[in-house]
Amino acid sequence: MSFLQNYAYYTGAFGLILIGLFIMMTKRNYIKIIIGLSILETGVNLFLIAVGYISGGTAPIFSRSGITAEKMVDPVPQALVLTAIVIGVAVLGMALALAIRLHKHFGTLNLLEIREQRW
Amino acid sequence: MKKGVSIILLLILLWGVVAALSEMPFGKAKLEVAGHYTDYGKEDTGAANIVTSVVLGYRGFDTLGEVTVLFLACIGLAVVLSTLKKQGCGARQTPSLILNTGFRFLFPLILLFGTYVFMHGHLSPGGGFQGGAVIASGFVLMYLSVPKIKRLNHFVSTLFESVGGLIFLVIGLIGLKLGSQYFLNNFLPNGEFNTLLSAGIIPVIYIAIGFKVGSELSKIIDVLLEESE
Amino acid sequence: MIIIVSVLIIIMLAAAVAACIFKDLLSATIASCMVSLIAAVLFFFLQAPDVAMAEASIGAALVTAVFVIAIRRTRRYEE
Repeated sequence: MSFLQNYAYYTGAFGLILIGLFIMMTKRNYIKIIIGLSILETGVNLFLIAVGYISGGTAPIFSRSGITAEKMVDPVPQALVLTAIVIGVAVLGMALALAIRLHKHFGTLNLLEIREQRW
Repeated sequence: MKKGVSIILLLILLWGVVAALSEMPFGKAKLEVAGHYTDYGKEDTGAANIVTSVVLGYRGFDTLGEVTVLFLACIGLAVVLSTLKKQGCGARQTPSLILNTGFRFLFPLILLFGTYVFMHGHLSPGGGFQGGAVIASGFVLMYLSVPKIKRLNHFVSTLFESVGGLIFLVIGLIGLKLGSQYFLNNFLPNGEFNTLLSAGIIPVIYIAIGFKVGSELSKIIDVLLEESE
Repeated sequence: MIIIVSVLIIIMLAAAVAACIFKDLLSATIASCMVSLIAAVLFFFLQAPDVAMAEASIGAALVTAVFVIAIRRTRRYEE
């Protein structure tokens, strides 16, 4: 039980990172690679937030009078991840726009076939 | 073959990660700078939400960089897709009655909720980025449910986007000119803690970011949909 | 509490594996949407409500919409 207590979040985050990397390394379809990228990104975000957690801590918001600064979780990773998520969707949109262009130009999304064709 | 090599590489990575994580206990404080932010953030910036005070107060310049990245990705997407020829409109299913009625009922509420989220970014969870995303998801619902609607007015969305970015920059430069010599200096009074009109420049900048992010994300959806019909 | 979190993490990893296995890209997109949704719940358990809000509205709604539009404009099955 204490193993779960300590390592459950780390296991989930690194499971996502490894699965995302596996998809990106082995698949040949361009959109599938982008799906792997988005899973990898979720894993990295989950890991950063899990690093900033403090046992029994509260969210870093002074919403009630009883909340003190001593028992707050780390706000710095949360601020980083917040902007990283928003950047992530814009970058995914850019990558998918390139996928649409590739499909228009080559008629396929398989990267091996694209490499064999002439530009 | 390829799968075998990648599994071996991933196992090596996993071994390194396990070795590193055994040194890094879960649930303990690790960064000293976090203690400073939680102890003094309340007095320094006047915002009840410490994440907001880190995003816009202590690290406002980083946020300006991130907003610029978002802007550039949006422009890049439009440029990549702009050279495609416009095709004829394909057959498209007409939306059902439930979707149509639900859209009419929910769309103003979604916009209102998004506005609420980015106006109360310094008091409660939320802020410009989340509020902008909520507004953009309202526009996704609009594109799903109304087949022959006029597209997003590009002039208006570009106006919101540019004005949002300019407000951010101009407030930063005013802070540089007044007060002490740093960008995004908080020159407005902090006000009473935990009320809507508090925390100086933070709510103003978050409202600007909310409009900017909302119009940018809905423009991404719009540009991706536009050429396909 | 830790039991609920463990079950959620197992479902999340299963959805990620499903996104890897599916040949239908639309199904893979929905599976990755499920990963994002459960990650948002985990962010909430880790006392990060700001990030949970961003992940739920962006990861689960907007990213899925962008993927579905792109798949509609290209092809649905991975060959």
